Amino acid sequence: MEEKRTAGSGLSRALMMIVLIIFFLAFVLPFVLVIINVFKTKGDINSAPLALIGSHGFILSNFPEAMKKMDFWRVFGNSTIITTCSTILTILVSCMAAFVIVRNNKWKACALLFSAMIASMVIPFQVLMVPLVSVYGGLFGVLNHRLTLILLHTGFSVSMATFMFHGAIHTNIPLELEEAAYIDGCTRWQTFWKIVFPLLKPTVATVAIIDAMAFWNDYLLPSLVLQKKELYTIPIATQAFYGTYSTDIGLVMAALLLAMLPILILYLFLQKYIVKGVTSGAVKG
Amino acid sequence: MERNKMSYKVSQFLMFAGPASILFLGTVIIPFIYGLYLTFTSWDGVSKAKPFVGLTNYMAAFADAPYWQALGRTVVYSIFSVLFINIVAFLLAYMVTSGVKGQNFFRAGFFIPNLIGGIVLGYVWKFVFNRAFVAIAESISGGTAPSLLSTTNGAMFCLILVSVWQYAGYMMLIYVAGFMSVPESLKEAAMIDGCNTFQATMNVTIPLMRASFVQCIFLSITRCFMVYDLNLSLTKGEPFNSSVMAAMHVYNQAFTYKNYGTGQAEALILFVVCAIIGVTQVYIGKKGEVAA
Repeated sequence: MEEKRTAGSGLSRALMMIVLIIFFLAFVLPFVLVIINVFKTKGDINSAPLALIGSHGFILSNFPEAMKKMDFWRVFGNSTIITTCSTILTILVSCMAAFVIVRNNKWKACALLFSAMIASMVIPFQVLMVPLVSVYGGLFGVLNHRLTLILLHTGFSVSMATFMFHGAIHTNIPLELEEAAYIDGCTRWQTFWKIVFPLLKPTVATVAIIDAMAFWNDYLLPSLVLQKKELYTIPIATQAFYGTYSTDIGLVMAALLLAMLPILILYLFLQKYIVKGVTSGAVKG
Repeated sequence: MERNKMSYKVSQFLMFAGPASILFLGTVIIPFIYGLYLTFTSWDGVSKAKPFVGLTNYMAAFADAPYWQALGRTVVYSIFSVLFINIVAFLLAYMVTSGVKGQNFFRAGFFIPNLIGGIVLGYVWKFVFNRAFVAIAESISGGTAPSLLSTTNGAMFCLILVSVWQYAGYMMLIYVAGFMSVPESLKEAAMIDGCNTFQATMNVTIPLMRASFVQCIFLSITRCFMVYDLNLSLTKGEPFNSSVMAAMHVYNQAFTYKNYGTGQAEALILFVVCAIIGVTQVYIGKKGEVAA
């Protein structure tokens, strides 16, 4: 897979390296600025935001205070529960739906569901937010529950995920394999979970990465569903924190870093898989 | 025999596609249809009564000058962002597939902004623009310098800059996949026939990467056109509502000013724009398949 293109002379290669380094520095600059300022007092940040160490020295107190004011562990827990449950649910319901859609494409219900899913991908969230709040808030009164958000997250991502599983089952799973299982006495349900599902692992990984990142970072839908402070996810808590403490810039820096840290740490370990998953997801979608 | 019975079909469909169908209907299809209905009412968001008002909401939407200004602003913002996102992404992809040292490191690095949501990124950049850049400007000029975010054009510039920064790494990955899908032998053949590297890239590689271009351009169009999170955290529509994008206007119309009907009608106009963009993408994509 590793490509080696012969790109001109050593000079153009050196030039390329310089341009890449400049771009790289520009890409990480905002993060670096947050990191150097998180260890300064409010006064030091205001007087010299670019200095590596403030005149009051290297301080750590911004972290515990921001953690307490943001209720970080609770918020982090909320985000984790919601992201994990939504991702797993999305994968389970979408791969099952994709299976019946691919294998029984002559059935009207399958064709109708699949076309509706494809067509729905152009609907922007803004069109659905008022009716969602009206139905689930006004009519059923089920806002402010984590489960509501999990089900809504799943409902929104199910069409894209089904589309991706559809492609995978259609091209990668030979029908003969399933037929052999039927002959051996498997029911359809068993065949799917014992034969087909294990072969879908690469697509499961792709869908998991794309959806988990989307759920983790989503702001608008969670902010409409979860309005109680104890249910906040990381993006909502960051927004609320900024609204309350925007003048206390040292705390803001700590809160922003805390908001970014979990996913950055994860990226450190899963970088290869994340890049691969995002690429294959984007190219197929 | 048994497999052609209606009851078999229904039970199989419900068993496998039932949960997905219910969730999909409940979150997308029913709200969409219900939203259509809401545009013909003057619902206030609280009461049970939803008086039927005909086309009043659409009239209000068409007469809502700030909405059309926001839409125009979104178009301008999207054009510049899409253009620069794709130029930067393509150049980065070209450089990180050229065999320079550490190209995997660079790829991973350029992707980092995509890991973090628009809300957090917006606040990070707000700090950079309001404090760091101001400090640099002040040390150069010696006096006080205003933040870029405090002027109308400056705020627009900031939004475009951050969007390019945010999405270039993602689009780069798609272009990288495009570069890698072009067989090296084709380019070598062109070089043997007398092309230099630049000509071979322009005339062989780029035409074969058509699918990547269509993908990246339309992906960035939809992302930019529906921008909300970044808009909210970076500028909040300020100064003087001069950086309110279409999605934010719709949100404010519905949830801040409680004009749910009008807001929903304006959202539907956005949907029509998105649908046109989507259909165009499918059309252009299909056309390319035939030609290739």
